[in-house]
Amino acid sequence: MALLSMSGITKSFAGVPALRSVDFELRSGEIHALLGANGAGKSTLMKVLSGAYSPDAGVIRIDDQAVQIRSPYDAKKHGIQCIYQEVDTALAAGLSVAENIMMDKISAGGAGLLNWNKLRGEAERALAQVGADIPVRKPVEGLTLAEKQLVLLARLLTEEARIVIFDEPTAPLSLEEAERLFRVMQRLKSSGIGSVFITHRLPEVFRMSDRITVMRDGERVLTEAKDNTNADGIIQAMLGKTFAAEFPKTEAAIGEILLEAEGLTLGHKVRDVSFTARSGEIVAVVGLVGAGKTELSRVLFGADRPESGTIRVKGKEAILREPVDAVQNGIVLVPEERRKQGILVQESVQRNISLPLLDALSSLGIVSLRKEKRLAEDVIQRLGIKTSSPGLAAAYLSGGNQQKVSIGKWLETGANVFLFDEPTKGVDIGAKSDIFSIIGELASRGKSIVYFTCEFAEAIGIADRLLVMYDGRLVKELSRAEATQELILLYASGGEDRKHEI
Amino acid sequence: MKSNILEWAYKYGALFVIGFVIVFFSLWDEHFFTYDNLSDILRSISIVTFVAIGITFSLAVDGFDLSVGSTVSLTTVLAATLMVWHEQPLIVVIAVPLLAGALIGMLNALLIVKIRIPDLLATLAVMYIISGIHRTYTKGYSIYNNMQMSDGTNAPGVFQESFLWLGQGQLFGIPVPVVLMVLAVILVHLFFTFTKWGRQMYITGGNEEAARLSGIRVRRIRLAAYMASGVFAAIGGLLFAARTGTGQIDAGAPLLMESVAAVFVGYSVFGAGKPNVIGTFFGAVLIGVLLNGLTMMRVPYYTNDIIKGSVLVLALAVTFIHLHRRRA
Repeated sequence: MALLSMSGITKSFAGVPALRSVDFELRSGEIHALLGANGAGKSTLMKVLSGAYSPDAGVIRIDDQAVQIRSPYDAKKHGIQCIYQEVDTALAAGLSVAENIMMDKISAGGAGLLNWNKLRGEAERALAQVGADIPVRKPVEGLTLAEKQLVLLARLLTEEARIVIFDEPTAPLSLEEAERLFRVMQRLKSSGIGSVFITHRLPEVFRMSDRITVMRDGERVLTEAKDNTNADGIIQAMLGKTFAAEFPKTEAAIGEILLEAEGLTLGHKVRDVSFTARSGEIVAVVGLVGAGKTELSRVLFGADRPESGTIRVKGKEAILREPVDAVQNGIVLVPEERRKQGILVQESVQRNISLPLLDALSSLGIVSLRKEKRLAEDVIQRLGIKTSSPGLAAAYLSGGNQQKVSIGKWLETGANVFLFDEPTKGVDIGAKSDIFSIIGELASRGKSIVYFTCEFAEAIGIADRLLVMYDGRLVKELSRAEATQELILLYASGGEDRKHEI
Repeated sequence: MKSNILEWAYKYGALFVIGFVIVFFSLWDEHFFTYDNLSDILRSISIVTFVAIGITFSLAVDGFDLSVGSTVSLTTVLAATLMVWHEQPLIVVIAVPLLAGALIGMLNALLIVKIRIPDLLATLAVMYIISGIHRTYTKGYSIYNNMQMSDGTNAPGVFQESFLWLGQGQLFGIPVPVVLMVLAVILVHLFFTFTKWGRQMYITGGNEEAARLSGIRVRRIRLAAYMASGVFAAIGGLLFAARTGTGQIDAGAPLLMESVAAVFVGYSVFGAGKPNVIGTFFGAVLIGVLLNGLTMMRVPYYTNDIIKGSVLVLALAVTFIHLHRRRA
């Protein structure tokens, strides 16, 4: 008998279907891996289960009883618990481990008096069950991320969880920490709890799970027992039929090395990264969400300082303390978070474009509005930015046009190295192809492009060379000719491919 | 329709209130709307305006500076003691307080930008430190011409005429501090509107991370804003000393509230929605007119803080209601 069965779950956001009649089943004592590319609908499905979204259609049954889950509170009542990546949102930093574990009991109250010894005892027992050795009086803020995860696990044990959703729990963990988490998952399994395990790492999937469900474009495409499938089969299911990527790849003459990174390291997210990028070359750094691409792009731009490693521009070491140092060395970044980091939404298009060039546009500190306007009009025309006037606030532009503004501000800075972090995220197909031709044109003018993306098809379409990132490391270099989506996904999930190895 | 009225009220509400208050007081007392009284009001708000311009700078970079009041107190007694105790020439009397203001700004910036203490807390602490320093420096006494020193002798110096002219003199029949205030408002307005530094300040205040990722030296910009805040407060202190001809202890303490209120009234003037110096000026006018008129109505002076506090609350309410409505 299924512990949980979801059937026909359908959900749309503003008319865009996110889940199309999805079925999902979980047995008692089962670890069920839920896989899919970014945007496949895994998170949406789990948010329906945990009460964050209500489905447009579909039925959820627990123990064969149809249940209504309208809020996270309902979900908890039915024994559904979630371990999110962002553990801090679920914990009260200043309170002790015991208080955090027993939070529900404490807030439930009763007579208003708490038996602290009893609460601490219960907290200790819960911690012992997850195999954690953490003093219960210690404040949570002093714990490591992995320890916080264990505290959350201990808490859900005290709350009689029956279904636990693990949403990429291992992404921020070290190997040993992940091992410890796996032991806890095994323990939960043997006590009859059903777990949904969302992860991008295939080795973990094959090691931990009993069954595997793959989603793609809001649909369930595969549910199999682990032993009946293999990495290739799963990757095929995640990608669907391979479609020929149609992107305008402009050929550019590839010249000298402009950017050189050596041994860059920053925490767990960027580990010993070395690569080069040449003039006229488009290098794609591909990897799944959380692989460390954004972190690497920020290090290369001086927005975060690496713990170790060197960055060289045209063979000369560049010390990047602040982004402004990178700009002066000819390195610029078009960041992923366009509206928060790429542009200033409340400022006009003109002021956004002129921002890095204020020095050149002003004499004695006074900005020449005439020159500024001319610059803005020039960039607007060259990039085909659709705006009613240069004075319009950037907030009123579409996503694609905002992205063009975010790119456009760097065009006249004389930069040689352009870093793009997910530049096509959330832009429509027309703007996407515009952005590709802008990038192609920059390359043909001898600029060096480093393109960070989790969209493999786009990377293959545009790049001369692909570097696959997994867990903070560049694990594989592929030429445009040898790269396939299957191969990239394999390396990006921590797999190794013997038959392609030379 | 309704939202149009609200929008109009937001943009012109403060100006409307100023006009209403002026008409009201003019009808109440015939002495109110006279050249003498109006120039008196302007003279009294000139100091507040300088301090409020300082706060405008710190707010423009999305910071805050609570220490401006004690900076006024310190620079007032500094100017006074330089003349009365040390008989220094005018240039020193003016330069040293300005330098002190800049140093206080640097200290604030060090705490906020480098050590990353939240601005309100950092400048609260600095406010007390500066206030303590100015009291320790004068041993708790106010400074006046040939004052008696603790050893029984009399101080050698007096306030110089040329210094007093800054606070009491007239230029083409207009009080000098009013001329200085109008000049400062115009220059700072031009600074924020036309120079790259002014623009970088607003942009840093609007979204520091985006500004930084656009290659702006945000730390340097914030440092500059806090230094400007200190310097403008110091100018306020100099004018205070020049106007009263003494070095009053704790002279600046009441100015903090008035200046903050002026800046927030100014947020809404002409619908700017951000700290701006023209609005700040009108905010100072509103408070000056209110205090002057109420004094004429014989409302006791000790109720002043109630008035100032209420104006601040009203201005904040208008600003934040508008902000959240726009966001919604």
